[in-house]
Amino acid sequence: MTARITIADVKEGLELEPLAYEVTATTVVLGAVAMRDWRPMHHDYRFATERNGTKDIFLNTPNLAQWFERYLTDWSGPTGRLGRMTFRMRASVFPGDTMVFNATVTNVETDDTGCGWAELDVALTVGEQVCTTCAARIALPTAPDDNPWARRGERWKP
Amino acid sequence: MSAATDLPAEIADLIGKVQYEEEGDFPVERGYVWTVASSVENGNPLYWDDAVADELTGGPIAPPTMISAWFRPHHWAPGRTKEKLPLQVHFDLKEKLGLPEAIMSENTLVFHEPVRPGDRLTTCQILTSVSDVKTTKLGTGRFWDIEVQYRNQRGDLCCQESITGFGYRRGEAAK
Repeated sequence: MTARITIADVKEGLELEPLAYEVTATTVVLGAVAMRDWRPMHHDYRFATERNGTKDIFLNTPNLAQWFERYLTDWSGPTGRLGRMTFRMRASVFPGDTMVFNATVTNVETDDTGCGWAELDVALTVGEQVCTTCAARIALPTAPDDNPWARRGERWKP
Repeated sequence: MSAATDLPAEIADLIGKVQYEEEGDFPVERGYVWTVASSVENGNPLYWDDAVADELTGGPIAPPTMISAWFRPHHWAPGRTKEKLPLQVHFDLKEKLGLPEAIMSENTLVFHEPVRPGDRLTTCQILTSVSDVKTTKLGTGRFWDIEVQYRNQRGDLCCQESITGFGYRRGEAAK
């Protein structure tokens, strides 16, 4: 978590180390409460199975976004600044699942303001099932003394 | 921005209109930041180490992906007589178009000015498009796009969110 990579360390095709996490009912409830999502399918087994027809309670979408953020900034370190994330939801994640995050760098560029960007395709899978994909664009320092967080206004083009 | 040709005028008139401008129920606060970071075991020092936050972001910030949490209503509030829902435009469309089921199929977050403890955030929702009637494997209904803007107390744009929903009726699914 202490790494502070720069854009020079990143090449198209780079694959990030996977992150595997065993989901429990506590994971689901913690995430829902943290995001102030009180809907019962994220904490009430009977509601989820009998009303929603799912096999169990399941992770809520905003909390999944936080998992993706954590995965990306574990890699980038604190100087990585997220610019854009596009999620496509395909399947739910349940207690008992081992969710695995993988990512590949699809593009590396420096924009016309001098900001360095890495674009990544990130996937959350459970077994063979792709549950959620995320196309992410994250600003990275162009040099050890560069700080993407210092950018504002016209110098920030996410 | 686009509207289907067979769309009721009541809905077509809403496209591009700013709706549901409101301020969050409470200021941004670090307790929730820590709860969120803890829920996903996010050790980013920007959220835990004030010295790192001072160095990089000029003080503590909130995780950008938790932006919607600041507008999720309390489960109960004194005097409230009607359930308050996040993303009300989505629920309005379901009701007005008579589509009882809905899913969110795609969601884009674009981050701008960081959100900081003490910020009083405001939001608004804009319906940007509604499709013609489509039949998918879920059922028959319409896709719609909603843009949500989040700003701080100085009017700076903090996040722009684009959400694609599909409202539908079961029982008329495509094979």
